[in-house]
Amino acid sequence: MARFNHDIVIVGAGLAGLRAAVEAADQCDVAVISKLHPLRSHSGAAQGGICAALGNEEEDYPLWHAFDTVKGSDYLGDQDAIEVMCNDAPRAIQEMEHYGVPFSRTKDGKIAQRPFGGHTRNYGEAAVRRACYAADRTGHVCLHTLYEQCIKRKVRFYSEFQMLDICETDGVVCGIVAYEIRTGDIHIFNSKAVMFATGGYGRAYKTTSNAHANTGDGLAIALRHHIPLEDMEFVQFHPTGLYRLGILVTEGARGEGGVLRNASGDRFMERYAPTVKDLAPRDMISRFMYQEISEGRGAGPKKDYINLDLTHLSLKQIESKLPEISTFAKIYLGVDPSKNPIPVQPTCHYAMGGVPTNVDGRVVIDEKNTVMPGFWAAGEVACVSVHGANRLGTNSLLDLVVFGRRAGKDMVQFVKETKGKMPIQSDADKYVKEKLSAVLARNTGEPVGKIREELQQTMMDNVSVFRTEETLSRACLEIKKLRERAKNTVVNDKGKEFNTDLLDALELDHMIDYSQTLIESAYNRKESRGAHAREDFKTRDDQNWLKHSLCWMDESGHTQIGYKEVNMKLSQENAKFVPKERKY
Amino acid sequence: MNLEVTIRRFNPEIDDAAHDELYHIDAEPMERVLDVLNRLKWESDGTLTYRKSCAHGVCGSDAMLINGENRLACVTLVKDLKSTKIKIEPMPGSPVIKDLVVDQSAFWRKYEAVMPYLVNNDPPPETERYQSADDQFLIEESTKCILCGACTQSCPSSWGDDEYLGPAALLKAYRFIFDSRDQAGADRLNIIDNNKGLWKCYTIFNCVQACPKEIDVTKHISALKRKVVSERY
Ligand SMILES: Cc1cc2nc3c(=O)[nH]c(=O)nc-3n(C[C@H](O)[C@H](O)[C@H](O)COP(=O)(O)OP(=O)(O)OC[C@H]3O[C@@H](n4cnc5c(N)ncnc54)[C@H](O)[C@@H]3O)c2cc1C
Ligand code: SF4
Ligand code: FES
Repeated sequence: MARFNHDIVIVGAGLAGLRAAVEAADQCDVAVISKLHPLRSHSGAAQGGICAALGNEEEDYPLWHAFDTVKGSDYLGDQDAIEVMCNDAPRAIQEMEHYGVPFSRTKDGKIAQRPFGGHTRNYGEAAVRRACYAADRTGHVCLHTLYEQCIKRKVRFYSEFQMLDICETDGVVCGIVAYEIRTGDIHIFNSKAVMFATGGYGRAYKTTSNAHANTGDGLAIALRHHIPLEDMEFVQFHPTGLYRLGILVTEGARGEGGVLRNASGDRFMERYAPTVKDLAPRDMISRFMYQEISEGRGAGPKKDYINLDLTHLSLKQIESKLPEISTFAKIYLGVDPSKNPIPVQPTCHYAMGGVPTNVDGRVVIDEKNTVMPGFWAAGEVACVSVHGANRLGTNSLLDLVVFGRRAGKDMVQFVKETKGKMPIQSDADKYVKEKLSAVLARNTGEPVGKIREELQQTMMDNVSVFRTEETLSRACLEIKKLRERAKNTVVNDKGKEFNTDLLDALELDHMIDYSQTLIESAYNRKESRGAHAREDFKTRDDQNWLKHSLCWMDESGHTQIGYKEVNMKLSQENAKFVPKERKY
Repeated sequence: MNLEVTIRRFNPEIDDAAHDELYHIDAEPMERVLDVLNRLKWESDGTLTYRKSCAHGVCGSDAMLINGENRLACVTLVKDLKSTKIKIEPMPGSPVIKDLVVDQSAFWRKYEAVMPYLVNNDPPPETERYQSADDQFLIEESTKCILCGACTQSCPSSWGDDEYLGPAALLKAYRFIFDSRDQAGADRLNIIDNNKGLWKCYTIFNCVQACPKEIDVTKHISALKRKVVSERY
């Protein structure tokens, strides 16, 4: 075991973690811990774009962007945070360009922009070109660029180190416990500030666009420290995952002119969202796709998918703007999108909920937004909340660079103001050590993979696009059984070096913990809002439910729900932002 | 179809040398080799070790030697191999940590050696720095690289010389040297204009063959060579 000392420890090397590191690197001693090599982070999979009201291609304003984000969130997004994000967006994107992001360009050399779902001009009049992009590899180039900036600033990376716990002394977060994958050693990092940037958790579902590594570790570790998770019931299903595989086809495909068609070739979104059609927000499109399918209009022999039609786009447009997704369709489905439509299905994509934070990335732990000292979070693991009940496409990458930077700045300030570090308690790694030895000691039991598969199936069947009291109670029961079974998993690999078998077991426990908060928050919310569609409570109920959920969990897996007000600051100033029925 | 999968195994805590292990497994033609590995690991042998993450060819984690070629396990479908016999080994040219996991620290060191970041010492403008679509196009292909290592670790020049920067690092040098916004091209040319850099490339084309992102790596290295020759000699 070694002990490492740094001013700031950032856990996670996706865009959120790296952006914070770039901000703090010149002023403090920063370490970034990541279970993957930074360039393997799932931010690199983002395809379609990162948005800002630059107005490079047509008139646009941050206030229009803010309106779309509020409306897209089904009014659950905090308007103070949304205002911060949308106002900062043009600066943030220009800064990414200055760092070196090779954006696609307009004829006059500016950053090119394209339309994306839910982004409109003049409060809903028509789709607007707001998404900045680099073909369909926007996340990849942003991730590489921020990593490059970290190399330039000599940020200290601990790659393939997996955080298993945080250290807390007298209510102050002062470090983490990490497992060095290569050696199996457990290390303690002592720091003044700890930041979570551990990303999303889509792997709890069977069909997902998320990477294998997206197991929501940060969420479960926060829960263990009596920190509630906010708005966990809101999980985004992206309309266009490759049939059966879930691999994403960016909404940029529709931004470039692609359309969704049912079995008879009918462009059904014209019926449901007459103004923006195929560029309506994701929650709505996913529901309408399922409606088409359940009413017998799905395509294919089993009538269980929808066609994404790009055949009317020019080959040049597909090759220059959508090369990656076109390759995915060819490789994985054997479909050439320039000739045939791509079979698609909604796929679990993005977590709106997460560890609650304020606009400076500080983790807040109750209804009154009390700050937990020493602890920050940003990115998909966090809930600030700019996405509310449904995120708009391209708003996540923006969220990462805006709030990653703000967290970085705030940590620097904190480090400068704070005299020594809180000491680590002598038994800080006790929990982790005991847990590892317990898992390794069991020689009989169930394989991890089997329980994980059942969890993924349960979540998919009962807690996906549509939910009812019945499906949710079933999921509640199931998850409790899975929790018991997971106490008896067995791993084959008993070694120390690169034991991914062992890590799979620990990740499964994490998945069960946050999935339970997700199910229980969904059970509890008796209305339909954004991505949370209850068939037994079909409408939004602002009277009773215009509030964030908080869900705590104790050691034995019992949950407790609380609520937090939604910040409606802008709506008091601007009648446009007052909750209305969402129509597009 | 029933597959015979031979996997080169090495556990540093037990084995003195690597050995082959044979597995039989049913698989669909459209399955990824990564899916096959996952099922073997999850359903029969938890000790089997490899890296993975995105599962669709964008993160660069799972380059390995599959039937004699460096490929990503997640973009190689069972049907692509045109055989029911699959042989999977770690990529050559790097120390093996365990099973299919190789130590890529030398690969990353070489990447860092070429100043892999944009250098522009002018104060940034109020807006973005303009770049024409043509100038952007010049670097576009090189920005597709996911740093999986398949090229460098299939390159005989790299196998033969630990100090050779290798195709991936040279491609990264290209990406910045040809970026109209960058000002450190001359420094980078100094780094690569020697026999541990550009001139170690004998255009064998293994890198082009190996690249899962279909980047014509050799074309980029040749452009660098031409630039050096026209500007420096
Ligand atoms: C296929 C796809 C396409 C997308 N396209 C877009 C898009 O076009 N526009 C957009 O705005 N959004 C898009 N999104 C959403 C967006 O990409 C993600 O929300 C975002 O990248 C998450 O970034 P992050 O920095 O929070 O986490 P990630 O990039 O997921 O990084 C998480 C990091 O945490 C580390 N980590 C996790 N757990 C641990 C642990 N226990 N110990 C140590 N390290 C750990 C990982 O190694 C990794 O470095 C897309 C998402 C997907 C899946
Ligand atoms: S050039 Fe191709 S093979 Fe080489 S590291 Fe990049 S993506 Fe991999
Ligand atoms: S797992 Fe990411 S490239 Fe294969």
